[in-house]
Amino acid sequence: MLRSDYDRNLADLQTDLAEMGSLVETATQSAISALETQNVQLAQQVIDADDDIDRLQDALESKCVMLLATQQPAATDLRAVLCAVHIAAELERMGDYAEGIAKICIRIGDQPLVKPLIDIPRMAELALKMLDDSLLAYTSRDEWLARKVCADDDAIDDLYNQIYRELLTYMLSDPRTIERATYLLWVAHNLERIADRATNIGERVLWLVTGNTVGNRPENRSLR
Amino acid sequence: MDPSAVATRPAIRATNVGVYYGSNKVVEDVTMDMPENEITAIIGPSGAGKSTLLRCINRLNDLIEIFRMEGEMWFGDFNLYAPESDPTQIRYRIGMVFQRPNPFPKSIYENVAFGPKINGFTGSMDDIVEQSLQGAALWDEVKDRLKESALALSGGQQQRLCIARALAVEPSVILMDEPCSALDPIATLAIEELMQELKKRYSIVIVTHNMQQAGRVSDKTAFLMPDENRVAHLIEFGDTRTLFTNPSDERTEAYITGRFG
Repeated sequence: MLRSDYDRNLADLQTDLAEMGSLVETATQSAISALETQNVQLAQQVIDADDDIDRLQDALESKCVMLLATQQPAATDLRAVLCAVHIAAELERMGDYAEGIAKICIRIGDQPLVKPLIDIPRMAELALKMLDDSLLAYTSRDEWLARKVCADDDAIDDLYNQIYRELLTYMLSDPRTIERATYLLWVAHNLERIADRATNIGERVLWLVTGNTVGNRPENRSLR
Repeated sequence: MDPSAVATRPAIRATNVGVYYGSNKVVEDVTMDMPENEITAIIGPSGAGKSTLLRCINRLNDLIEIFRMEGEMWFGDFNLYAPESDPTQIRYRIGMVFQRPNPFPKSIYENVAFGPKINGFTGSMDDIVEQSLQGAALWDEVKDRLKESALALSGGQQQRLCIARALAVEPSVILMDEPCSALDPIATLAIEELMQELKKRYSIVIVTHNMQQAGRVSDKTAFLMPDENRVAHLIEFGDTRTLFTNPSDERTEAYITGRFG
């Protein structure tokens, strides 16, 4: 077995990304549940925990730089290392969006929510499923799953538009709800961004598997 | 450079080592610790004194009449250049593998058994031959043809046989002078992989022209460079990862980025 240390280092990148991904997942779930229960303390915990995600990104980036400088990765290995750098950056940003939701919770404080939360938790659940799938697609080099993540983004966009129209209705019928409705719109917007970052990961994985840059083309959204 | 910067205890310690050939100074003031159970790589352009420095460690330069060394070379607590040190004994404890594989024109078995035999080894020769070939990751490939000539082996196998030959006399340090320069990339990777196994039991110092190899295999890297008077100096010595990602001397940076040398 040649280059077993090197292979271990490459495998470690997947473990590190999985760890980052699970922190992002926890942060997003906690932020949404802080919103549902209007738990300001829990929201503060999400904000504090974001530093851990940032630290993991730094550490992973250093590992990738070390591998590039000392091991001359080529072909799929090279794409896997570059991919890991990109994915870590996407995850870091997702963590920031989760932190953003937590900050909105704190701004809402104990003001009553403008409406019961139904679509927002559904949106969060779908966004996190996309995150999960995108990381699984990376680990298992699964082209089909990567395409599925890209395709799922349409459902997120639909939910986002639905939430937007609904909240707009509230604001039009009673202008006193504008501030509180806007808070929820921001939450939905952050979730939409999280799903978009998951889509970016999916596109990176397509590049990793096929070697072709894919961009955000409509054909990537079709499931072959 | 501060020797205490190296956390693990050194297998070999060079202290203010300078080398002369006749009245020509070729290496100046090298001080570095080569740690136990690690791989120390020595890199640098041609004429940087890499092999000269390596050969100071097992006193191989003694064979050159006009050679003279100043400073000290320590092997653990043992002063390698003390008047009572015996170079032959030193070379058992500090083995060496050369650029080109140089098996004796004898059978595979005899190549490995040669050192222990002249060393007066009294145990089971079969065992020591098998252990050494296992240690060099060659056993599975040759166990059914130990009586065949070593010269029938491929270049990569011959080089691993030379490593087995060095292991047979139970050294604690292995010096490698460009061990892969005559090998193809796959045989090279096999030796590099073997080195990762060997460092668990031995300390390794390797000279290599191939700085990518130094990056891949070593824990510590020393960068040597000749000055305008062709006297070699130790420019930088440290953790390989740091040296390859963030060297502290601009000459190291220029060399590892391929901008000179």
